This record gives sequence, structure tokens and C-alpha cells, in this order.
Amino acid sequence: MRPDDRHYLPSHEWVKTDGETVVFGITDFAVEELSHGNEDDLVYCDLPEPGRKLTQGETFGEIESVKAVADLNSPVAGEVVEVNKVIEDHLQVLAKDPWDKGWLIRVKPDDTSMSHLLNAEGYDASVGEADE
Amino acid sequence: MRHTPLHDEHEPLGGKLVEFGGWHMPVQYGPILEEVRCVRERVGLFDLSHMGRFNLTGPDAVAFVDRVATCYCARIPLGAIRYGLLCRPTGNPIDDILVYRSEDEVFLVVNAGNADADREWLLAHADGFEVALEDQTEDLAMIALQGPLSEVSLARVTEDLDLSKLGYYRFSHGTVCGCPNVRVSRTGYTGEDGFEIYIPTGLAVDAWRSLLEAGQASGMAPIGLGARDTLRLEAGMPLYGHEIDAEHNPIEAGLKFGVSFLEEKGDWIGRAPLEALHAAPSRALVGLVTEGKRVPRQGYSLFDGEENVGTICSGAVSPTVGKNIATAYLPLHLAQTGQLVDMDLRGKRQACTVVDLPFYSRKRS
Repeated sequence: MRPDDRHYLPSHEWVKTDGETVVFGITDFAVEELSHGNEDDLVYCDLPEPGRKLTQGETFGEIESVKAVADLNSPVAGEVVEVNKVIEDHLQVLAKDPWDKGWLIRVKPDDTSMSHLLNAEGYDASVGEADE
Repeated sequence: MRHTPLHDEHEPLGGKLVEFGGWHMPVQYGPILEEVRCVRERVGLFDLSHMGRFNLTGPDAVAFVDRVATCYCARIPLGAIRYGLLCRPTGNPIDDILVYRSEDEVFLVVNAGNADADREWLLAHADGFEVALEDQTEDLAMIALQGPLSEVSLARVTEDLDLSKLGYYRFSHGTVCGCPNVRVSRTGYTGEDGFEIYIPTGLAVDAWRSLLEAGQASGMAPIGLGARDTLRLEAGMPLYGHEIDAEHNPIEAGLKFGVSFLEEKGDWIGRAPLEALHAAPSRALVGLVTEGKRVPRQGYSLFDGEENVGTICSGAVSPTVGKNIATAYLPLHLAQTGQLVDMDLRGKRQACTVVDLPFYSRKRS
């Protein structure tokens, strides 16, 4: 099962509470779909500037591999307070560690409720990897 | 989804299979960019058995091809191959094809996704011609070796055919991997030297394995459709559904070399509108390179200032050029080397520069 300290969107983003703020990232499944296990196949990640207000479900950026481009969708509403500058030039960090070092943005949420999102078990099921 | 005779070989080799033109095909075995480099520097092996293959026989086979295709079939030397297109009466293509000319038959290779439409089109226009069409797609596997080490690799498993004497866009027959009378052509869709071979379906798996083994000493690897698309784009070769389709004619696509307006060829389907376009084109297919990280993709809009001036046909990360590359149609006044246009990415712009096609051409010895 995937980390159960966070919540998920079926479109493969995760959100994790960290004190007053939340952190967004994408799952290993998304990375694998984009790069097929080849970290150098990820070529670009377009992230918003700090200060941008996001609504729930809004597309806040794009991630691009050699052969595909995918939207990044906001699991919760809030204001962007920090962007992971490391991955802009080093997408292999995201490919190697999508759960921690490869986080995308930090957001000050409008509301701390996560009840509209999937838990780890629900996300596993949504990508066809439910526990037997 | 249809399976090629080599379908079950791909996954054990690491292949990731996807739907393409109605077939379940390997898009990549490893990193796409490494597969591109493998073909440019060494040699790659491709399963192309999804491509449609038609054999035309009968006394009017050549005349029939001259009626439905843009190239001048009667003038193709025996044992040679030419590029051509099947066009609608508007001049816009149904497909692009390779035409193999023999003494008593004409062999056509067509795109997988268009093969059914091509067959119907050919049969619908055969009235008055004494010609028979045999669809050999399922009878023959098609395997390509592409890259500078193709000849040395293929020679290891070829008997009674001197590959060094087989010229570019020529074909012959020989014993390959123990299989007699195999059609071997010096053709390809990568911009490299290479061969395409046509092996009876029942012998295809053994031949594929023998070829991989024979290529090992030359650093051969199996190559998927992802790298094939990048290779053909770098080489400036069109792909149906991208550079050419029902809306885009071969003249403005820069494919005049595959279109004959010689009087002796007679009238053919699409001739008159294409001759008119040849005299007065309004746009041209150009190459674009971009210094930015964003990869151009089919459908992205191009702007000159605030004016929408075109759309990306194909785009790729090009390891050979070292930049991201694309093709697009631009109005003639912008289709000039060095012209700058902006690619639109949801309101963000990335500058692109018009360059001459092809992006890459190999140095011929």
C-alpha cells in the first residue's frame, strides 16, 4: 500500500498535511506512467508562482515527459506559499522520490478538510492495485 | 487489437506495448532517447509487421499504380523502390506508400492505420484494369534493421545475397536466417542506412531471435515506435496523420519528389489540383527548433505576434539535434529560415526558430 499519511486524487496527485500548510506531489504511479521507469524521460515541470490562489481541482501546472504531458490538479483550495525549486532543473529527484524530496508545491489551505479525497487504500484500488 | 507474429517476443525484451493503428505494438523497450542514439550510432531492430503489404499482379498492375499513385511507376527500374502517395480527387492523400517494382508485380507498403482504407480505395478504382490485389500483411512479417551497423549485422545471417551491392531504395531476394527467397530492401524510416526484410509469418520468431543474436556484437537493440517517430522526424520524413492527411497535400508538405507531373504518366487521381498547388502554394511545411524545455506537440498553436499562423504537426525531444524539434505549416512569408514564431502553451509563449528540413541527414560514405 502507498503512504497512508496523506490523501490522493484519482488523477495521481497527493496532498500531505505539514503543520499549518499542506504539500502537493504526484504518485509513483504517475511517474511510472510518464517515464516508464526511465527517469531521464521526464523533461519539464511547470509550477505556479508563490502567491497564486488555487481552487479545488484546478489545474495548477503540467508535467511533461518525452512522449506525454499531464495536468497537475489541486487536491485542495489554497494559496501557493512555496515551490520546490530543486525539481525545476532536476526532475530525476521527482522520479527517484515522488513521496518526499520530489514534492511539488506547498500550499496554505483554505480548509483542512480532506474528506473529498481518497485515502491510500482507495487510491490503490483506483489504479487497480487493491489488496486482495 | 491485432497482434503481429512477433507480438509475444516484445514483453520479455522489456517492451511496453500500446495500441497503434489497430495493433498492439511496442512503443519502447528502454529509454526512448537511448533507443534513438542506438540507431544513430549502432543498429536497431524493429518489428514493423503492422505495416500493410499489398502485392499487385496482372498485365495492368503498373498502369493501375500510375492511375492511383503520385509516383511514376512505369519509370521505376526493376528492382527499385519509390515513394509515392495515394491521393483523393482533391489532391489530399489517403496514405503515403512505398512502391516496389518487379518484372511481373508491384508490391506496396502502406501505413497500418490506413491499410483497410487503402485496400478499399484501390479495389474501388481498379475497374478497367486487369490487376489482382493480394493482401500479404498477415502472410509476411516485416522487420527492419536501421543504423550504420545494419549491413554488417544482417550480413551475418544472409546467404546468396551481397548486401554491399544492394543500393539505396533497391531490393533483391536472398536467404536470411535460413529462410530462402526473402525480400530484402535497402530502405527505412529513420534517416540511417538500413534494411527492411519480409519473412514468412511462420518463420518470423526464429528470424527475429537470430537477428538479435547476430546483432549483439554490433550493439543491436530492439527499438519501439516511440524512437521510430523521433528518428523519422529528425530525418524530416512525414507521418500520415501529422504532416499529411485529408487536409494537407503532398506539395506543400515538401513531397514533390514523390509526385510526377510528367505527361507520359497520364492523368491520375488528384493530379490537376496538385499541379495547381505546385504553381501557387500558399503555405509550406517547415522545421522548427526551440531552445525552451517545453516539447512541441501536435495541435499546439503558433503565433506571429497576436496572429495565429499555424499549428504543430509533430514534435519531439531530439537527442541528435540536442534541442526540441517540430514540424508545422506556415504561410509562405513566414516559412523562411531564421524566422521566429511563438508556440502557445496555455497562454505562455515559447520562441521557436524556423530551420531547413531535414533536421538531420547522415553523412554518406
